[in-house]
Formats: sequence, C-alpha cells, structure tokens
Amino acid sequence: MLSIKCLPVSAQRLAKVASSSGLASSAGRRNFSSTHIRQADITLTVDGKEVTVPQGSALIQACEAAGATIPRFCYHDRLAIAGNCRMCLVEVEKSPKPVASCAMPAMPGSKVFTNTPLVHEAREGVMEFLLANHPLDCPICDQGGECDLQDQSMRYGSDRTRFHEITGKRAVEDKDLGPLVKTVMTRCIQCTRCVRFANEVAGVEELGTTGRGNDLQIGMYVEKTMDSELSGNVIDLCPVGALTSKPYAFHARPWELKNTESVDVMDAVGSNIRVDSRGIQVMRIQPRTNDDVNEEWINDKTRFAYDGLKFQRLTTPLMKQGDRFVPASWEDSLKAIADGLSSSGAKGNEIKAVAGHLADTESLVALKDLVNRLGSDNLALDQVNGDKLPVHGVDVRSNYLFNSKIPGVEEADAILLIGTNPRHEAAVLNSRIRKSWLHTGLEVGLVGERADTTYGYDYIGPDMKSLANFVAGKGAFVDKFKAAKKPMIIVGSGVNEHPDGAAVFNSLSKYVEANKAKLLTPDWNGLNILQRVASRPAAYDIGFVPSKKASATKPKFIYLLNADELDPKSIPKDAFVVYQGHHGDLGAQLADVCLPAAAYTEKGTTWVNTEGRTQLGRAAVPPPGASREDWKIIRALSEIVGTPLPYDDVLSLRDRMWEISPSLVRYDVTERTSAEIASLGLKTAAVLSGSTKISGAPFVKAIANFYQTDPISRASVTMAQCTRAFTRGENYGLSESQKASEAAFA
Amino acid sequence: MFTAGIVGRRLAHNRVTQTRRSISRSIPRLSEAIFNHRDTPYNNPKIPFEFSAENLKRAKEIISRYPPQYKKAAVIPLLDLGQRQNKGWTSISVMNYVAKVLEMPPMRVYEVATFYTMFNREPIGEHFVQVCTTTPCMLRGSTEILNTVCEHLGNIKPGETTKDGKFTVIEVECQGACSNAPMFAVGDDFYEDLTPESTKKVLDAFSEGQKPKPGPQSGRHTSENSAGLTALTEKPYGPGQHCTEEFR
Repeated sequence: MLSIKCLPVSAQRLAKVASSSGLASSAGRRNFSSTHIRQADITLTVDGKEVTVPQGSALIQACEAAGATIPRFCYHDRLAIAGNCRMCLVEVEKSPKPVASCAMPAMPGSKVFTNTPLVHEAREGVMEFLLANHPLDCPICDQGGECDLQDQSMRYGSDRTRFHEITGKRAVEDKDLGPLVKTVMTRCIQCTRCVRFANEVAGVEELGTTGRGNDLQIGMYVEKTMDSELSGNVIDLCPVGALTSKPYAFHARPWELKNTESVDVMDAVGSNIRVDSRGIQVMRIQPRTNDDVNEEWINDKTRFAYDGLKFQRLTTPLMKQGDRFVPASWEDSLKAIADGLSSSGAKGNEIKAVAGHLADTESLVALKDLVNRLGSDNLALDQVNGDKLPVHGVDVRSNYLFNSKIPGVEEADAILLIGTNPRHEAAVLNSRIRKSWLHTGLEVGLVGERADTTYGYDYIGPDMKSLANFVAGKGAFVDKFKAAKKPMIIVGSGVNEHPDGAAVFNSLSKYVEANKAKLLTPDWNGLNILQRVASRPAAYDIGFVPSKKASATKPKFIYLLNADELDPKSIPKDAFVVYQGHHGDLGAQLADVCLPAAAYTEKGTTWVNTEGRTQLGRAAVPPPGASREDWKIIRALSEIVGTPLPYDDVLSLRDRMWEISPSLVRYDVTERTSAEIASLGLKTAAVLSGSTKISGAPFVKAIANFYQTDPISRASVTMAQCTRAFTRGENYGLSESQKASEAAFA
Repeated sequence: MFTAGIVGRRLAHNRVTQTRRSISRSIPRLSEAIFNHRDTPYNNPKIPFEFSAENLKRAKEIISRYPPQYKKAAVIPLLDLGQRQNKGWTSISVMNYVAKVLEMPPMRVYEVATFYTMFNREPIGEHFVQVCTTTPCMLRGSTEILNTVCEHLGNIKPGETTKDGKFTVIEVECQGACSNAPMFAVGDDFYEDLTPESTKKVLDAFSEGQKPKPGPQSGRHTSENSAGLTALTEKPYGPGQHCTEEFR
C-alpha cells in the first residue's frame, strides 16, 4: 500500500531527472527511486531459534542474525542481490524445494532449517556443479588460503569426482583489465560480484557478462582496461582466484603475513586499512570495514602504492657538501643543524617550519612546540598560499572540516560541489555520492572544472562569478537546492589555494548564514570542506598556521617536515634548509641536511581525517636503516639546539596533544560543532576573508594525476604504470611480460 | 633423473616403465562462439552506422511503446532492426548505435546481443539457411537435408559461408514447424516437407536470384494430411443451415 502511494512522487522525480540532468545520457541509468519506507520487525524461527529482523530483510540475514553460517558466493551485503550461485540453499518448512536464502525475503512465522540432510545434500550438489568447470590449480593460484571456494569445498565438497566429461573443462580467455587486476578467467564461477560492484559502486558500466549458459563470461566485450579509482576492490570481492592483484602476484601466501590494522594517508578520508607484512616488507594493503568512513572499499592508490615504500627511501642522515649529499651519523647531522641555525643568524620569525602532506600529528605538535620555543610563529603548510593564514581561518573547527560527516552524504538530497572533483580527492566518498545518486533522488551541482564524476550533475559554471550567480539565486540548480530538505555544500581544499578563495568563503559564509534554517541546524551542518591531504585537518587543529607578521618575514632557517610539493623558488638562496621525511623527493633536493624518518606503515601515530575523526595508525614494519620516528627526531633536535621539549615518550606527547585539543586523543569518533559555534565561525570567516574582489580565474582540479600525489605514490612502480595506463591512456606495455612470467609458473 | 630412469629400466628388464611423465592437462572445452569483440577491417567501431530514415521512424514507434524511463526495454527490437538494415548481422557499430539511441551503457547492449543466438555478430551470406536438426526433424531425415545443403553449396560446413557470399548455412534448434519436418528457414521464410531433391531445387532458385514459394515443398496445403483428408471432408456449413425455420 505504502509503496503504491509513493509511486507517483518518484515517477515525477524521475521525469524531472530525465529532463534536467547535466549528463543527459546518464539520466536513464538511475534506478527507480522511492522514499525510504520504515518497516516493522518480523519474527521467524531459524534452527529452532527465534529471531527478529526488519521486514524486507533477506532470509540469509535472518539466518546470520540467528548465528547460523550460510555459505555463499554471489551474495554480498553491500551489493545488489543476484541469487545465481545457489550456495546459500536452506530448507523452509512447507516449501517443496530448498530455497536460495539470499533471494528469499524473510517471512514472519516461517520455520527455517540450515543444518538438515536435505540442505547438506543440496549444497554438495551445488558445489559439485561449481567445481565441474573449476580448474584444479590451487597450488599456483594466488587466492589459495583465502579462497571462499577452497574453504567451502573443504566443508561441502564431495571427496571424489564424478566428472568424466570427454569434452573437458570450460576454458575462458583472460581479460586485460590494466596494471592492477590480474585475471585468470577460467577460474571464474560467475558470481557477478565484480560486475555488480563495477556498475553500482565504482561506476564502471563497461563491465558485464557476455554469452550465455556454460559460456557466460565476465568481461567488457571490447578490449578495454578497467578505468576506475576503486578497481582494486574487485580483488577482495572475488570469491575465487579469477581476479587477483597483479603487483602482489606470486609474492606471498596469506598465512605468511602479519596483519596490522592501520589508517591510510593517501587522502584525507582516513580509510581503515590492514597492512599485511612479511618480515620488514609491506606485502599488500587491504581495507578494513568501517561503515562510518570507507564502508569496506579503498581506492587503488591506498591499495597499491605500497611498493613506493621500497624505493627512493632516505635510510641515513645526509649532509650537503658542495653539490652532493654525503651520509653522516645522527650526532653529526643534528649538530650540523644546530650550527646551521646559529650561523644563519635566524632569529624569531626567521625560523620557518613547513608541514607537508604526510606529516603525522605527533611530529606536527613537536615541531610547532620547538619552533614556538625558538621564538617563531612562522608555521607554513606545504601548499599554494601555505605561508598565509588560510582564508577560512582555523579558530573554529567547522570552518575547515567535513561537517556533515561522510555517512551524511547519503542523507543529503542536494549537493553543490565547489572547486572539487571528489572522484580524485576522496574516491571512497565519491562512491557514496554515486550510491545516493543511484538510489535516491539526489541532485548534484558543480562549480569548477568539469569532471567525470560517475554520476550526473548540473553544471553551474567554471568560476567565482557563476558561484556568485548561484548565491544571488540565478540559474536552474538554485530551485533544486532550495527545495532540498538536507542540502549540502562541498568545497574542495583547492579553493583555499585559489586567488578567489577568500571571495568563495566570504559569499558562502553569508549564504549559509542566510539559509540557516536548512544549512545550519542543530543536527545538520551543510557546509563541508573536503580536505585532500592526510595531515591538513590535524595541522589546522593544532594551529599550524603563521601569524600575519610571521608570514611577511623572509626566513633564514627552514625546516621542511615531509614537505615535497613546495615551489623551490620560495626558498631564499642563503637560507639553511633541513628536510625531514622518508623519501628522496623534491624536498630532500633542496635541503642542506636530510633527516631520514619513518613512513606511515612504520610508525604508530595519530591521523585526523577530513571529518575531524582522530584515528590511530600502527607500525607494521620497522623503519629502514637509520631512520627514526618523526617526533623522536624533533625531540632529539630540540635537545641539541638547547630548548628541550618536555616529553620523553609518546604517551606524554599525547598528553600534550590533549592539552592542545582533547579531540586529538579521542579516537574513532567525530565531534559535532554546535550550530551556534559554527555560525560564529562563519562570521569570523566572513571577516577574515574580507575583500571580495573577484579575479574570475576558473577553478581547476586540485589533483591532475590521481595516481601520483605524494612521495610514496611517486616512488611506486605500480602507480607509474597506472599513470601510463589510465591517466595518459597509453598502452602500459606490461601485459606481454606479465603473460610470459605466468607461463613460466603455470 | 634421466640416468636413474635408465638404471631402473635395466633392473626391471622386461617391464616397460614409464620413467618420465609428460606434463598433462585436461582438455579445454571451447565454446562455439567468441564472446569478445576483436577489431577487424569489416567490424570495428569506426565503421559508421545509423538507422535509415524509415527505420528511425520505426525505432521511434518501438521506443514509444515503453515508458520513457524504461527506454532500454526496446533494446531487442532495435537490435533486430539494426541487424536487418546491416545485411543480417549485428556489428559493433550497430550495438554502439543502439546504445546511443537508447541512452544506455554500450555494455548492456553487448550483453543482450551476445546472449541471444539469433543476433549474428559475424557477417553472413545473402541467404541465411538455417537447417533445423532437432528431434522431430532429425527423425524425418534432417541429417540428409543438412548434408545435401552443405554438399550442394560447394562442400561447406555448417557455420560457413559460400565463396560467392550468397549462402550461409547453420544448424538451428526447433523452429516450431515440426508437423512439416524436415525444414529449413531462409531468412524469415520457412521451407518445409523437404526432400534432397526439393532442397536442391529451392537452393538453385535462390542462387538464380528467384524467390521460391515458402511453405511445404511437397505440394500439400499447410500441414494437412498428405494422403488426403480423413475428417472434415465435406464443405463446412454456413450460418442457419441446420436450423428450424423460425431460426433460419
């Protein structure tokens, strides 16, 4: 009844979508949507145990809730239901045949049995059919040890074969999906999880099934690579060894690996990851489920850039002698820095510290304390305009954070993107926007450079002028935005670096203030800043920004903490430069002394994501060579320059962080800024941004090449191949050699 | 290992031992059709395809049968229309064009085109001879018909096209004309009640550019008893014929 009532509304909405979307051709691809219907709970019996589940749940969910394990291949919590593997068969009372529990809605009062002879026989039969065409190549299959088919055949498989088919087993040609995903399509059991993931989540509508019956195969029909930032997730989804990781191929077995739960730093989403290491080497990175952040997806840079941790590393302190670096001991190099500080004659604000993309919170706090103790306020960030105070100010947290929170994207019914391409700046978050766009009537508008976002959007314009028009109430998208119950504005971090950044924040703060009823209520803050750099929210939290006076000072001593993006010209010739970091990238070239530090997989440190969620990364492997944890280096240096910092271990350093902001030690939670404070913050932002002079320069994408954004991904061979294959669209020339090496193994 | 084998053989004397096993593998079962597209000079996305004005009108009529948000439901009739316009086969350009017309991802069209066997994804001859070899036709001698067709067209095999490009022969499953078995279809027309002689006659007529009359080739009308009617032999009576006077 309810759903029938809803029909006309959603039909109208769809018609509206079809008429107005920016990508006209993609409008037809959206699902038929309806408002969410609140459903009652129902009770049923599973193996004699009563369970209560929401109406509309699949039977498999009810069985799970009752604690019965149901084997499955095609069913996945986060994907649409296909019901084609038939492994999840259960017996339902009064049903003549076993039923596929994933495709069967749970019915009130039904009696379900998951452990009867009928069920066992049915599963054994299904398993026999699945194995009929599956090759017996487990010893040379990378999925071995973590293969659903292997595990389940141990339990449900027959102990002997009845397969004597003269025509042989099905053989399928391998597909070339690019440098990340290796395919052995003969192993495929056609669960179609990868197809559903690609179409629903990643927005790669090129993946599908061709042929029929026994000849059904997964592929793109035409020869094409899988061009998506989330393509690596199909490796985790594949229940067999058909899709495996190409860079990890034949490198390790799952039982050899040590698992360390950590946090990703390749973007500011703070995806939860599991670092798998063997000995001192990171072998692979996999996602960890966290519904509030990354669900269970991670992007390809997070997953595959780990090989960059092996190359270009700084392993010993280096001192510049003439035009070359010579290795030095820690004592000598720290002494050289102290000498450099005094010989450069830097006093007060002439001592400058620059915080880069991969600087952890502990080292930022230690560096800020050290520089402040030396009498300077000259704390810059490694970005364009990084040595000026940010246009939004840092006094109120809601001015620089993603206030609606990442799950909030799914509640929003209109999103305005300003100067951002979330697909590259936060790929996992982008998949949530797509999810919402597919299943609800979400409207998206974009101010900035056009981008392939995986969902349709209304294009408003390229620059500040078009935003001003929007604020003034002109244009088609304004009505949609006004009609929304939970509107959301997402401002890219690149706007802060743009000449019109001040004008953007000025007009937006006034706009939000004027539309307070919807954009700023006690339970919804619709103004979001999408940070793209892992260290930035923490840097703003601790106030790692220069004072006005300091930013005008010409520095004589510069301390680069993981700063690799800066313009070499911004460093005065006579300044003494210290670089602390883990890769020999741009920053190290400019330095007089290089201090080798630990990368994110080698230290247990705090990271704050774009929502302001504090998460703890953990060390999976030791830092290579003589390199040390970042904050310890700064602590040691403080001793040598004569202003020792008052913390000797990481716990007392975290006490200091608590003093600065308690949120830095409250892990895994986000704290909402109250509407009053947020409103106050907007007022200060309006004052700070002051001038509203508009240059009219168009907003450009902050990330030109998704695959290479930081020293780790720039050092990674895999990411270089991705750049060639996906960003430049060249033939990455790997498939031939890859085929050869596989032939040698097979 | 090799020397060990020799020693072993010497010791075993008469017994023939296989000392070295060759690498074995199971036989791969390959499918009849290829479900991937490879660019060829005659089939690649650069070859332009568009509906003719008449077909475009027809396509619009077909699309109008479905609600606007379910336009993609028209994919099968449009592919058929495209196949007819494109000399009986669905090239990659036809599929891409249909995807464009229906505003759906091309892969969804490829899925449909590869699923249904009546979409030919390779070029076919002018006359598409589809010989039914399902049980009823087989019992009535379709094997002979198939052999006759293949031999008569210059010893081609099922699935092949004659050198002059006039005929393509394939084996198909039941066409629903079992009462007139054996049969084959040429294009859209059924030729039924075939014998090797009538088969040759039909094929010869096609190769001479004529169009033989479709239907049973034995001379009987539709699927009536070939030995003459045994029931319903008299003329059917008209309305009121056996009625009493007042109802007449």
